[in-house]
Formats: sequence, C-alpha cells, structure tokens
Amino acid sequence: MGNKTIEIVEEGIGELIQKPDVEEFRKFVRDKKRRTLVEKVMDEKEAVSQFIKDGDYIGVELYGTVRAPLSIIREIVRQGKKNLRLAGQGLLEIDYLLAADLVTAMDVTYIGYEVLGLSPIFRRAAENGKVKIVEWSNAAMAWRFKAAAMGVPFIPIRSMLGSDTFKYSAAKVIMCPFTGIKLCLLPALILDVGIIHVHKADKYGNCVIEGISGFAFEMARASKRLIISTEEIVSTDEIRRYPEKTIIPYFLTDAIVYAPFGSHPGEMVYLYERDEEHLRMFLKMCETEEGTKKYMDEYIYSVKNHKEYLEKIGIEKLMKLKYEKMGR
Amino acid sequence: MKYSKTELMIFVAARLMEDYSTCFIGTGIPMLAASLAQKLHAPHLIPIFEFGGIGANLKKLPRAVGEGRTFYRALAATGICDIMESAQRGFIDYGFLGGAQIDPYGNLNTTVIGEHSRPKVRLPGSGGGNDVGSLCWRTIIIMKHEKKRFVEKVDFITTPGYLGGKGKREESGLPEGTGPYRVVTDLALLDFDEETKRMRVISLHPGVTLEEVKENTGFELLVKEPLEVTPEPTEEELRILREEVDKERYYI
Repeated sequence: MGNKTIEIVEEGIGELIQKPDVEEFRKFVRDKKRRTLVEKVMDEKEAVSQFIKDGDYIGVELYGTVRAPLSIIREIVRQGKKNLRLAGQGLLEIDYLLAADLVTAMDVTYIGYEVLGLSPIFRRAAENGKVKIVEWSNAAMAWRFKAAAMGVPFIPIRSMLGSDTFKYSAAKVIMCPFTGIKLCLLPALILDVGIIHVHKADKYGNCVIEGISGFAFEMARASKRLIISTEEIVSTDEIRRYPEKTIIPYFLTDAIVYAPFGSHPGEMVYLYERDEEHLRMFLKMCETEEGTKKYMDEYIYSVKNHKEYLEKIGIEKLMKLKYEKMGR
Repeated sequence: MKYSKTELMIFVAARLMEDYSTCFIGTGIPMLAASLAQKLHAPHLIPIFEFGGIGANLKKLPRAVGEGRTFYRALAATGICDIMESAQRGFIDYGFLGGAQIDPYGNLNTTVIGEHSRPKVRLPGSGGGNDVGSLCWRTIIIMKHEKKRFVEKVDFITTPGYLGGKGKREESGLPEGTGPYRVVTDLALLDFDEETKRMRVISLHPGVTLEEVKENTGFELLVKEPLEVTPEPTEEELRILREEVDKERYYI
C-alpha cells in the first residue's frame, strides 16, 4: 500500500467543453449571489439580454415536453445569442437552438421524442458534423450537476464503465483508493446560465415545483446565473408557510419571468397537458430544412414575446389543454 | 386468436415482471408491459421512472419518462439523482431497455449508426440506458428481431452488456452480478449462456421456427434444448391490453 497516487486507468476522448473550475465558482458565488431579498421579476427579454452572453454554456431543466422553459428559449432564439454550448438533455429546447444555428458544442445524453420518434433537427446537425458532440448518460449529467452543487471538481460513479458512452465522454476511470474497485470520475458541470420552469415562485425567486423534481435541485445549485420562468407568482407569505416546498431558494435565482403556459407545447403536471397536435405538426415540419425554417418563422421570429406566442396558439387550445390535464 | 407480433412481445415482457419487484421502465414497450403486468399478475409491481416517479399507477400510458403519467398516484415523486442512486445502491431489480442494435453479448447501441464523428444515422444517445444496463441487477432487452439489428458487432456500445464475454463486465468495473438477463423479441425469448455469456434462444413464439430466428440474426446463436414454445395470450388478456393499457393506441 505504499503507492500514494491514484492511478488513472482510462480516459474518455471527448472534449471537456466546460472546465470544472470550482475555485472560480466559489468566488463567483461569494461576489455575485445576492444575500438580500430583492425583487427579480422581469420579462423574458430583459432576463435573456441581461444574463445570457454569446459563447455561454447553458443548460435547461427538465426537458422538451415536460416542465420545459420554452418561453425563455424562444427569446434566446429571437435575440440570436451565438456560439452557445449546451448541456443536451432536452428536446424542443435543443432543437430550437440548433435550428437557429446558435450552438457550437453539446454534452449529449438523449435527444429524441420518445414515443414520437427521433429528432430530425438534431439528426441533421449531428450527421453534418456541424456541432461538437460529447456523450454522457442521463445519470452522469445529473451527477455532474450534483458535483458542481457540492462545490467539488468531480464525482465518482459506477455507470458508464466499459462502454463507448464512456469512450466518447470526458470522464476518467480510476482505481478506488478505499476499495480497489474501478470507478468512473465525472467532471463537475458548472453552468454559466441555468434555465428552469417552475409551478410557483415569489418575486424574490423562491421556487416551488410540483410532482417530480427531475434535476432542478442540482442544476439550480450548479448554475452561476439562474433564470426562472414560472406559471404563477405567489406571495412570500405563502412561501414562508410551506418552506419545505422551496426547492430553489431566492439566492440561487437571478431572474423571475412570469410565463403562464411557459412549457407549451410541453406539459405542466397538474396544470395542463402537452399539446400533442402541435408536437406532431412540429416534427412533421422539421423533416425538411424548409419546413423547419417555416416553423421557426411562424412560432418564434414573427412573435414579439411570450404573450404574442400564446395569442397565436389561441385561448381555445390552451383551455382545452388545461381541461385535459390529469388530476391527482 | 389474432394478435400482432408487437402485442405478443408486450405479453412476454409483462410475464417477466414479478409482483413486488422494482422495475426501471424505459420509453416504449416497457411502459406497456409494466402497465399490463400491473393489471394481470403483478398489482404490486413498482415501476420506477428515471426522472423521479416511484410506484405509479399506470392508468394512462406514459409517452415520456418524465411526464405526469409516470407518477400518477405514485408512492413518491423524487428526482433523477435519487432514482439513479437507488439503482447504484442495488435497489432496482429489473431494468427494461430497447435499442437499435444488439450484439451476441447483449451490448446495446442507441447512439449512432456509422462513425461517431460523421454518423450515417444519429440516434438519441444513451439517456438513462447506460445507467439502467450498468446498475440494475437484471436487464431485460426488448427489440424487434431483425438481421440489421442483431449484429456481430454494434457500431457503438451505448449500454454495456457482457462486453466481450464472461468476466469482462466485472473487469471494466461494473457492479458484480449484474447484466442482461433476457432478450424479448417478436420471434423468440432469449437468454445468455452461463459459460460464454453469448445469446441463446430458449423459447420460440407460436408458429416461429428456429430457422426463421437464425435467419433474422446476424451472428451465431446458441440454442437451449429442449426449446420451449412461448404461451399465447388469452382473449381476456388481449382485451385488457387493447382496451385498458393502450387506449389511445400510441403503440399498438
């Protein structure tokens, strides 16, 4: 047992597209995360222009059709934030940004429409070699956020071993100094900007999510800047009465954007169903570049903001989705 | 009695689900099989979905692994770290997965066909697949039986099976005693030989010959003698599948 170094047995060949600089993160959190309760309500235009820069590494939670922060993503597209790097665990979020040609590199785990099939936009981007792609598993991405939330540069796990998912990642395999077993080390993933859509928030950014929490807890804590869109703005008194429900406390949040039906065409559990018709139409149109352009023009570029987007979808459709929701 | 190949595949997968077992359910047929198993023989089956749903009543069929239907009247709604950490701790008995390609050792590809840098076809990627196949005790794979899917070597190992043979999983550091358990296809039920860890036919579906299975497999298959014949679903079971499980006809 004289050996005092940990041996690196294997290394993935994928590029580390965001370095886990935990020292810099600590200083950022010390200097830039406000301790005081200040009001952070703003519209999506202001949130995106104030907190997202060209070249940023951004991430979204949950994904595509579930609690998706799409009103914010559509605004990023309208503002044309360029050279973005992404944590690719999404569908529509990723596809909108890819279709608008705003992405240079992605850490990917799964981009597909599950029961509705593959994503034509992602397929084209990957098959043309237009975007740099690094592979990870779903757990790996969530645990990378967890490591960042813990403030440590890496976390050991027991999946990804032996696979090409590992080979095309930026993970490393080591021998555990305590047990002698092989472990996969994941680099922490610190986001420049995290974007999350929640059920309720107060004006300071205390947030409540209903149903499963996905990876919101970890991602919120792994983000330097955090933009929250919310279905409802509630009083701080209500937050204080049920503090155990606050999954994202105010000091993590930088912007609160009021966005009812913000997940459309995705669902918001207990509030509205996903818009199956719209999703199928989107996927059909995206089979070709021309169709994709047409969709983007119609539903993103030609509407000024989320309010106009909702008017375009129409109150009748929105009420129908509200009516179709599953109860408790 | 008339039933489709997909329907039979769902029945075979559902029969593998035991009451009171914890099952990691992926997108597609596993969702139908779990819902059917809950209605037929495993009312206490605990479906687990990667983004946090534990013990849902699968009254309506989920279309995505994070949607509301994956935790409808569930016992708990947590998050992906908790679920994956439960699997890593050893709590999840079965994992159900599909794939675009599989090799004789049960390695699965859901990432690319062709080269990784310039793929012929880009598939969705791992999602939870790699974790499910790495961390659950037994992995059950559900796939259409076609020569282009059952290949000697997968283009990309998204999810590890037995890698290159017996002992290779453990050598790579994956937890001991885990790995692919059964492969359910539209032609047969298969397992993995104890000694070589290569895929082996154990049961043929009604009306299917061994020749047919071999013709649709791109590698040499082992055969367990005597071969069994897969039991057919009853009229009542079929009715439950069609009228109660997939009412909206997403899959069947």
